[in-house]
Amino acid sequence: MEDWNSWDDNGDAPLLTSDIKREFPFDLLSNQTKNLIDFEMDGYENILGQLRATFRSGKTKDLKYRKKQLEALLRLYEENREEIINALAADLRRPRQEAIVFEIDVMTNELLGLINNLDEYAAPIKPDKGVANMFDKVTILKEPFGVVLVIGAWNYPLQLLLVPVAGAIAAGNCVVLKPSEISVHCSRFIAETFPKYLDSDAYQVISGGIEETTSLLKHQFDYIFYTGSNRVGQIVHAAANKYLTPTTLELGGKSPCYIDDTVDLNRAAKRILWGKNSNVGQTCIAPDYIICTKEIEKKFIEESRNVIKEWYGDDVQQSPDYGRIATDGNFKRLVTFMNCGTIALGGKFDASDRFIEPTILTDVSHDDPVMREEIFGPILPIVNIHDIHDAIDFINARDKPLSLYIFTSNNKDRDLIIDSTSAGAVCVNDTVVHFVCNLPFGGVGASGMGAYHGKYNFDTFTHEKGCLEKSMDYVSEKLSDARYPPYTDNKASYLSFMMKKRKFWKIPFFSHILAFAFGAAAAYYLKKYYFN
Amino acid sequence: MTYEDLMSRAATAFQSGKTKDIDFRRKQLNALLRMYEENKDEMARVLAADLRRPKQESYILEIEFLINDIITTINSLDEWTKPMKPEKGIVNMMDDVLIYPDPLGVVLVMGAWNYPLQLPLVPFGAAIAAGNVAILKPSEISVNCANFIAENIPKYLDNECYHVVCGGVQETTELLKHKFDYIFYTGSGRVGKIVYEAAAKHLTPVTLELGGKSPCYIDNTVDISKATRRVLWGKFINAGQTCIAPDYILCTKEIQDKFVKEAKVVLKEWYGDDIKKSPDFCRIVNQVNFQRLTKLLSSGTIAVGGKTDADERFIEPTIIVDAKSTDAVMQEEIFGPILPIVNINNAFEAIKFITARDKPLALYIFSNNTNDRQTIIENTSSGGVCVNDTIMHLAVDTMPFGGVGPSGMGGYHGKYSFDTFSHKKSCLVKKIDTISEKLSNARYPPYSDKKINYLTFLTKKRKGFSIPYLPQLVLLGVGVAATIFVQRILPECEQ
Repeated sequence: MEDWNSWDDNGDAPLLTSDIKREFPFDLLSNQTKNLIDFEMDGYENILGQLRATFRSGKTKDLKYRKKQLEALLRLYEENREEIINALAADLRRPRQEAIVFEIDVMTNELLGLINNLDEYAAPIKPDKGVANMFDKVTILKEPFGVVLVIGAWNYPLQLLLVPVAGAIAAGNCVVLKPSEISVHCSRFIAETFPKYLDSDAYQVISGGIEETTSLLKHQFDYIFYTGSNRVGQIVHAAANKYLTPTTLELGGKSPCYIDDTVDLNRAAKRILWGKNSNVGQTCIAPDYIICTKEIEKKFIEESRNVIKEWYGDDVQQSPDYGRIATDGNFKRLVTFMNCGTIALGGKFDASDRFIEPTILTDVSHDDPVMREEIFGPILPIVNIHDIHDAIDFINARDKPLSLYIFTSNNKDRDLIIDSTSAGAVCVNDTVVHFVCNLPFGGVGASGMGAYHGKYNFDTFTHEKGCLEKSMDYVSEKLSDARYPPYTDNKASYLSFMMKKRKFWKIPFFSHILAFAFGAAAAYYLKKYYFN
Repeated sequence: MTYEDLMSRAATAFQSGKTKDIDFRRKQLNALLRMYEENKDEMARVLAADLRRPKQESYILEIEFLINDIITTINSLDEWTKPMKPEKGIVNMMDDVLIYPDPLGVVLVMGAWNYPLQLPLVPFGAAIAAGNVAILKPSEISVNCANFIAENIPKYLDNECYHVVCGGVQETTELLKHKFDYIFYTGSGRVGKIVYEAAAKHLTPVTLELGGKSPCYIDNTVDISKATRRVLWGKFINAGQTCIAPDYILCTKEIQDKFVKEAKVVLKEWYGDDIKKSPDFCRIVNQVNFQRLTKLLSSGTIAVGGKTDADERFIEPTIIVDAKSTDAVMQEEIFGPILPIVNINNAFEAIKFITARDKPLALYIFSNNTNDRQTIIENTSSGGVCVNDTIMHLAVDTMPFGGVGPSGMGGYHGKYSFDTFSHKKSCLVKKIDTISEKLSNARYPPYSDKKINYLTFLTKKRKGFSIPYLPQLVLLGVGVAATIFVQRILPECEQ
């Protein structure tokens, strides 16, 4: 099991290293360029050729067109609410509330944000100009990349695919959507419904498994956005090398959760267990493990026992509000973790149903299997530490996680942890909710590269094209002709003087003060000359 | 020191947290500035030794450029390192929402030989500003500059946090096997791919500053004499060995004739009758490049220049007319003082020609016809655009400088350099009091329709009603009110 470093994308396959090697293009990693160059004709060139022609026609660059497509996508969500809920239930036995809150609402809100702000996002930036460019026009244009590929994951099979797709559309690109083949109902839903609402000349869904993805990746894209596992992320990154394609990789990792004794443990337990057990723990930013002292551990388990009972009743398996593990492969993997440490809560599982009870493990050692890979299921190990410095050392000794959770009311401790660790993002006194608040969302180091959501989603799929437009009149030529040979010391000093950076004395709130003064002056004069 | 030792020393230095301290960073940047200021002459000397670079070009394209870049960085450091406070929705009204610019860790900066000080040291300075531990690998081709860097960086900067590694292909290959938190590479597309592949193994994000054939379009609405000067200046500084030098010209036959006529006058004025004797013209960096360039001279018809001298690696400023898109000179980035002219009939043909090729690093347009300009800018893609001049957009440090497609990925300069070496760490700090728990406990099971509606309502994105310049408008009103108030009070006081 050591080759496992993350949750997997090949579903029901017996997950052994040899199988992975057979099924996955592992040789891509070592010798990818050679392997990728001679791809066979696989039928994708027609689709991609069509998209390229559409992009060249300039159709997708038109802001009205983009808005229309985004509105069509919004309509897709609104008109197919029940189908979406059903597809998610079929793939993951996702409860209705989780389907709506984690997928439909997230996608809808992202779209509303993009539609409402599209004009602002797409408008050229006018940056500050120095003295040397006083007479020139300086703009940064927002240019779409071209034809982009978005590869989704199976754990949030709609949201993780369609949120970046919305960003790509908003930025003016043509898009190939590749839903995960593991979440088969959602994948089918997208393949069937998407073309009904959006322009097929510009946006195409390509379904399929490893084989199809491998050959798809041999083609040239202008950007690749991948959400999934670290291991497949490496394959995607390697494939992108052939055409020097920039990529965003949204991966995962073991997101730690630190708790100290300054917080209300009942509330903390609720917020953690909610983040952990929504979608049965199959969430890339679920708290992976807890680090706390032995005393807090005891209280936490007591609280958790009550919370789980309150939420799911006496028999969790009967609760309609608790999902199931997506695949047999993942189920088997998760069950082996039950041997790590001591089961303090839960621990039941049922293979026929792929059910695993919310489980808390204590006395876990640092190198137990459950601490060596991202868990991606409803199993929550607790690692004991003595103090905050222990916690920081523990976090820093491992790969940079996608999220870091801190439960404390002590602001000093909070800032100390934030400042001395690195993570994709930090959420204090809650879990998962930082995902939905307009912040750049993405990993760092092993947990990924690049970020999205809101404006960052638009920017991900945009090339910022710097554009300097100089005047060619007499004055401007005079100002700049010292640069030409024959060179002299005089010319050099003049140019240095022109280029020299000066520290301008900036008055804070200058425009505010000016507005106040102007108002005061106006009132004064009006009074003096008109009302007296 | 082996690379293993170097990497572990660098990792230890980063873990110590030293580089996270803003004062430490400022001190290091000031030391770097002092290094530039105290070694101006030395820098000009090593550049002359590597490229026979004239002093003025060394000063404006490297030394002053570096100094200005560091001054901007130092002046802006507090502003750039401050956590950003983005707008909050109603759900997060009571919470703190912040974005911290976090250093990435141990980063590698690999420079190029054509601007052997500026290209490695600008990103290096930014890596320091962003709080990283940095390893600098200057190009081995510009050996004098590499030695200068290797000798001086340790004298001025902290020896645990900043390292210089010299060496050629073998050393670089070995170095790239190690895991970095970021790699910034400037150079060719071919090596760029090697770097990208090496980075992929460790999932290391990269910036690749590459090159490409930057086209230069000229129409008949501009003063051809000024245009010629601006084009030839950008082409012949550093003997054309500039990643954003105009690579070829696109214009009509008539403009070609005028341009060639003008160019002859300009070159004579700049370099005299015998260009080889002029102190103001560089040499090709090495024999390999010299040989490659002389082969390109057989394309098309030579209208100006064409002389070469292998002993000195001298190639005269050369203009090739009637170049065809199939000629050797049009197949690769020229990177030397050879300027082919390809004839087109109008702006649309120019657009077609440009878009049929790889996306270039820079696009130059000489035109006073705003319509045509806009059409070309909107219908082509390139790293950057500069209208009615060449090279100068590089000096505007409020714009990102970088390529797109085969010309590279990632932009830098000014704040963009700082951002390149920072991870934007989002941070949501929630309250855990009774009210905030009440507001958010609808999310917990057992689930119900009522809970769903409440949550949907709470998270719903609304179109923010925002009045531009609202605070200023309010203060204008406050100013009026205050004055009226004061005037009403004052007469009463006087009475």
